[in-house]
Amino acid sequence: MSKVVVLGAGISGHTAALYLKKYLGKQHEVIIVSPNSNYQWVPSNIWVGVGLMEPNEVKFKLAPVYKKQGIIFKQALATSVHPEGDSDISSPYVKISYVEEGKQGQEEIVEYDFMVNGTGPTLNFAGTPGLGPDLYTNSVCTYDHAAHSWKNLEAALTKMENGEHQTFLIGTGHPMATCQGAAFEYALNIAFEVDKRKLSHLADIIWISNEYELGDFGMGGAYIKRGGYITPTKVFTESVLAEYGIRWIKRAGVYKVEEGKAFYELLDGSYHEIEFDFAMLIPGFGGANIKAFDKAGEDITSKVFAPNGMMKVDADYTPKPYEEWKASDWPSIYQSSVYDFMYASGIAFAPPHSMSKPYTSPNGTKIFPTPPRTGMPSGVIGKVVAQNIVHRIKTGRKDHPHSASMTRQAAACIVSAGYGFTKGQAATMTVSPIVPDWEKYPEYGRDINATVGVIGLAGHWMKLFMHYMFLYKAKAKFGWSMIPE
Amino acid sequence: MPQIHERLANKPYAEYAYATRPRKITLFWRRCLIKQLYMFFKLNLKVMMMVVKGHD
Repeated sequence: MSKVVVLGAGISGHTAALYLKKYLGKQHEVIIVSPNSNYQWVPSNIWVGVGLMEPNEVKFKLAPVYKKQGIIFKQALATSVHPEGDSDISSPYVKISYVEEGKQGQEEIVEYDFMVNGTGPTLNFAGTPGLGPDLYTNSVCTYDHAAHSWKNLEAALTKMENGEHQTFLIGTGHPMATCQGAAFEYALNIAFEVDKRKLSHLADIIWISNEYELGDFGMGGAYIKRGGYITPTKVFTESVLAEYGIRWIKRAGVYKVEEGKAFYELLDGSYHEIEFDFAMLIPGFGGANIKAFDKAGEDITSKVFAPNGMMKVDADYTPKPYEEWKASDWPSIYQSSVYDFMYASGIAFAPPHSMSKPYTSPNGTKIFPTPPRTGMPSGVIGKVVAQNIVHRIKTGRKDHPHSASMTRQAAACIVSAGYGFTKGQAATMTVSPIVPDWEKYPEYGRDINATVGVIGLAGHWMKLFMHYMFLYKAKAKFGWSMIPE
Repeated sequence: MPQIHERLANKPYAEYAYATRPRKITLFWRRCLIKQLYMFFKLNLKVMMMVVKGHD
């Protein structure tokens, strides 16, 4: 019997665990370790953040799903991995610390044959002084944060109904933050809610971003077919913001927040500050900060993980100039570069480099987005990692018949505003591949026939459809594996 | 549905003044149920094909 441990129950870890159990059956053990008792469908947190959904509508309890599937669930935090075991235990193991009520603080050693690190991001609010829902800004990164944001947003809207002017500052809260798409969607939703209440004349909505040009979205921007032209996403994004009455500040690295005031540095090296009544700023992301030790107990964290806490995999991490970056630098099977029985999926793997061109201000501050790896690619990577582990267990071979490089995978980004069958609209963007491949597609970096940008009700319906479809799939209900990632 | 409104008066040389804006006909097509139903199926099919082709 083989034992597979999955760390993290987000989109990637949860997908990997479900497929592992489905293909391995009862003869093998699948254990999932996650500090969260709930699964959350992160893309719908935006609707919680504007009061259109309750947190209960975007989350569900994990324990009953895993019980039904025969997956062992440990509500705990992984603190260290020991891929060589130690002087007493010969097999690889992970040390976990329970967070479950009644077991809090209890430590346990979980041995494994294969490990999948699907731990997702650590929200590094501390990376920007004053940032975060406990201090002066809001967040929509979790359903709790989003619910908290809605309370503050509701208060701001009430003030506007009483004739008070409000400034909304939405965007990135760190010079190297990513996930611009979520913040962008939240800005549009705020604009929609303000307009719905006919309070536009009392609102100033500002988009602040670390992107060199709008529409970069951490993937170096894209070209889309639109209106008879091949258009950069810069034009598409600026058009959407202008339509919603949102002005913008780009090339900005927010480095400090105080009550009602954000401080930022522009790429030209100048320093500025801006006052706000309500701010939602995305923090920088980091890895789960798990330590790694060898058999002798020596700390090998820097060998297994990158400095940001994300796991090194089958990518080319050789430092090289931007002009020399290649699609082939990116991993395709997400196997640890040190231990072949360990894999990282979703946000947990360390990308070889950013997709956006890196820029540094004259003061030495790096101001550009790091690569996004959420949603579709996370789910696909989770599935492919599971399929390869299943293949290795069942055949005893070490090859990997399944691969999913982000230089082949496509992604759809749906930025929806409003809610309902006829009331909403969304900007839908598809890119293929996610990471530009300038060797294969020398003209635009991507397959221009697969890369589109459209605005309308259809995208909004798609987002609603995906909300229900992916929650159904995540609950592992009848036919779940037929639904693509 | 937000329209081009007073929040961003088109001040000359302001950066947002250079952004493209939709015409009334564009706004109509974005909400036309027949066209949007067609787009819904087209987009879903496109995304599904891309997901399937994106991995082995």
